[in-house]
Amino acid sequence: MPFDCMNDTFPKLLIHNASRFADRTAVREKDMGIWQSWTWKEVRDEVFLLANGLATIGFGRGDKLAIAGANRPRLYWGICAAQCLGGIPVPIYADSVAEEVLYVLNHAGVSHVLAEDQEQVDKILEIMPDCETLEYVIYDDSRGLRDYDTDCLRDFVDIQNAGRERASKNPGFLQGEIDRCSGSDVGIFLYTSGTTGNPKGVVLSNDNVLITSRNSAAQDGLTENEEMLAYLPLAWVGDHIFSYGQAYVTGMCINCPESDATVANDLREIGPTYYFAPPRVFENLLTTVMIRMEDAGRFKQWLFDRFMEIARVTGVRILDRKPVSLKDRLLYRLGDWLIYAPLKNTMGFSRIRVAYTAGEAIGPEIFGFFRSLGINIKQLYGQTEAAVFITAQPDGEVYADTVGIPSPGVEVKITEAGEVVYRGPGVFQSYYRNEEATREAKNDEGWVMTGDAGYFDDNGHLKIIDRIKDVGRLNNGALFAPKYIENKLKFFPQIKEAVALGGGRDYVSVMINIDLDAVGNWAERNNIPYASYQELAGHPDVYKMALENIQQVNRDLVADRKLSASRIRRFLILHKELDADDGELTRTRKVRRRIIAEKYDKLIDALYSGADSCHVQTEVTFEDGRKGIIEANLDIMTTDVT
Amino acid sequence: MLPDPSNPLLEVKDISLTFGGVEALKDVSFEILRGEVRAIIGPNGAGKSSMLNVINGFYYPQKGEIWFDGQLRDHMKPHDVARLGIARTFQNIALFKGMTTLDNLMAGRIIRMKTNLFWQALWKGPAQREEVEHRERVEHIIDFLKIQSIRNTPVGRLPYGLQKRVELGRALAAESKLLLLDEPMAGMNLEEKEDMCRFVLDVNQEFDTTIALIEHDMGVVMDISDRVVVLDYGKKLADGTPDAVRNDQAVIDAYLGVSSES
Repeated sequence: MPFDCMNDTFPKLLIHNASRFADRTAVREKDMGIWQSWTWKEVRDEVFLLANGLATIGFGRGDKLAIAGANRPRLYWGICAAQCLGGIPVPIYADSVAEEVLYVLNHAGVSHVLAEDQEQVDKILEIMPDCETLEYVIYDDSRGLRDYDTDCLRDFVDIQNAGRERASKNPGFLQGEIDRCSGSDVGIFLYTSGTTGNPKGVVLSNDNVLITSRNSAAQDGLTENEEMLAYLPLAWVGDHIFSYGQAYVTGMCINCPESDATVANDLREIGPTYYFAPPRVFENLLTTVMIRMEDAGRFKQWLFDRFMEIARVTGVRILDRKPVSLKDRLLYRLGDWLIYAPLKNTMGFSRIRVAYTAGEAIGPEIFGFFRSLGINIKQLYGQTEAAVFITAQPDGEVYADTVGIPSPGVEVKITEAGEVVYRGPGVFQSYYRNEEATREAKNDEGWVMTGDAGYFDDNGHLKIIDRIKDVGRLNNGALFAPKYIENKLKFFPQIKEAVALGGGRDYVSVMINIDLDAVGNWAERNNIPYASYQELAGHPDVYKMALENIQQVNRDLVADRKLSASRIRRFLILHKELDADDGELTRTRKVRRRIIAEKYDKLIDALYSGADSCHVQTEVTFEDGRKGIIEANLDIMTTDVT
Repeated sequence: MLPDPSNPLLEVKDISLTFGGVEALKDVSFEILRGEVRAIIGPNGAGKSSMLNVINGFYYPQKGEIWFDGQLRDHMKPHDVARLGIARTFQNIALFKGMTTLDNLMAGRIIRMKTNLFWQALWKGPAQREEVEHRERVEHIIDFLKIQSIRNTPVGRLPYGLQKRVELGRALAAESKLLLLDEPMAGMNLEEKEDMCRFVLDVNQEFDTTIALIEHDMGVVMDISDRVVVLDYGKKLADGTPDAVRNDQAVIDAYLGVSSES
């Protein structure tokens, strides 16, 4: 798609879409039990009324409009309306608590808020006294707000009515404002939910979002015929690109679900052709399918297993347009008729042309399952600072353990230290009011540090292995990426957590937590009695199972040019589950390496001595806050790696 | 909007109800004002549900008058009372378990349907137009009670708290002037209770529905009701705002319990 320099802002593009796609559906929302829709023309009219209305309550150039709520058409219109006036939309995560919202409002200097409903309005009104810049709160859903006696509250409809009046008196005003904006103007602030400290406001220009959207849409051949379900948070960069940027660029239709609870059902009704979901969603779907299959009759189970095996062998090849024998092709066709098509229909994936997943590593099993059904799910690697796209997997070159090749227009390189850095059209302008952080993240030549360690494999695909600060080296100088190894282990259903050790050591060892549900089930089926997690974890057969998993990981690692030295030599199964209450994990279940290293130093010493077992005493915190001591003799097993 | 005391929506005067020798209600009088949330409380067997059944037309009192909307009410069947504008929910949920949430709510609209059986069976023209109107009304309630995700789920498969909510929805669908809730929060956990409180208050405000409710949870009653009637052994013990009732000596002795110091 050639670069469109005429339409370098979203409002200009909206006018363009209203003429080229006029009566095509732009947005749908499920309301009153049916899908209500708006054409591109109607969207333009709605946005312009809102923009004119915002002007009547003093919103103008450089002002910030915070947008708080779920995926509602009116909130998306709010983004564009603010941009019409040269203002800056600042979407806020709907589930943020009041203090977080207050921080963002104050930091961005927000003067107007567009809130979805009473819940959001209550939150904003609560913090209003502490936010000096805040003047007006506009709400979409008036339910429960009738008796609110506050001067600053406005109904969305009233604002649009005021806008209608203003537009009739001053018809040229809005067009003039729209013409004054250009691609290099600030388009949006997206606050990243920092894991530590306060969130940072990523400033993206119109060009950042528009050019990235155009490039990525062109790469996947997205057109106005695409259907997308907008269900991820508005404040997340992904939703801004997929449901706003790419939607305006291609003219595709955005569908807003009825509520959080109905997403699965709405997905099925819409049958999107373009879809994004984090790995967790695919994982849960696969689990649901498997559980429901266990309840099916024996014949159906047999049929399912038989044809999933066929799909596993040929499905991915067909998807990648590789040669497949006529017999396999016919068998796959039969399977499609009997199993795959109905299954995809149940999940709402019947029409998917392109689906993406990103955010964390996705298990090869899960990835393979969906691809073998003919669902073109691909991985991408992105950041808010890049307006999402850094790398993405092109059609036909999809490998479970890579994140693809650099996106169009983006340059990616690996620094001496092994860090992935990039520059390109999507690179953010700055962190709002945070010079220091901006300088840390982006150098003068426009290269942005990702903080991730990675390398290009032989196919030229980027492989992300860990956070750069966690990556170490073995004593022989080989790269050691703990999270990469841990993720590989955690892909096995029997392994719940893993801690890999090896930085500054001679070889890699791991400490494992088994998954009590999965292994417990297995123990039940195999008549292995056990009274506690500790007893099950120490069972020789469980060790044997873990050993098999680890050897599988080792086989994968051998094939890896950079990480073959990281094969696991010794391991043990921990006598207790790593727990956030004991400080071993963060609340989001990430391993806290330093604390584990201190707490289990005896075990770690034993892993690096020749010992076959180790006695350990650990303090644990029970759910009611009481503390106790667990004692155990842990076996240490050595694999065949030398 | 403050309720107007001169023009009550419902007035019960000197109601007495006996079952054989058992006096369930004895000379009970009170009124329910337009737009208020009115609670009826009392220990087990105090006559709360009997009172609701009297208002509802299910029981006919031996003595006393019932004035609804400014008119003295005759002996009426419950369905006639319903048509008059009084809807209710039940202590132990009385939904059609095999039907979906949507169908249950549509059932609540039946008393508002105008087309006759012939047109309904034919399912064209006026019947269809009417159905669409009713469906719109019901969808409004579904949205209001946030039960979109269970629209097409058979009610019998729903958890208890949601069934209660569906029952409230069905009562709302009847577009009544007075809504009688018989222990709407019974058997709910704290979170469900909070949700239900919110819904009761919102119904009161949003639909301008007058609400009379029976409830055991004192915290709930005191928080959400405008005025409270206290019954004990079929007699009215006290009547007034939650604060007044809470400090009423007779109520404290009979129901809330005597504090250990006194």
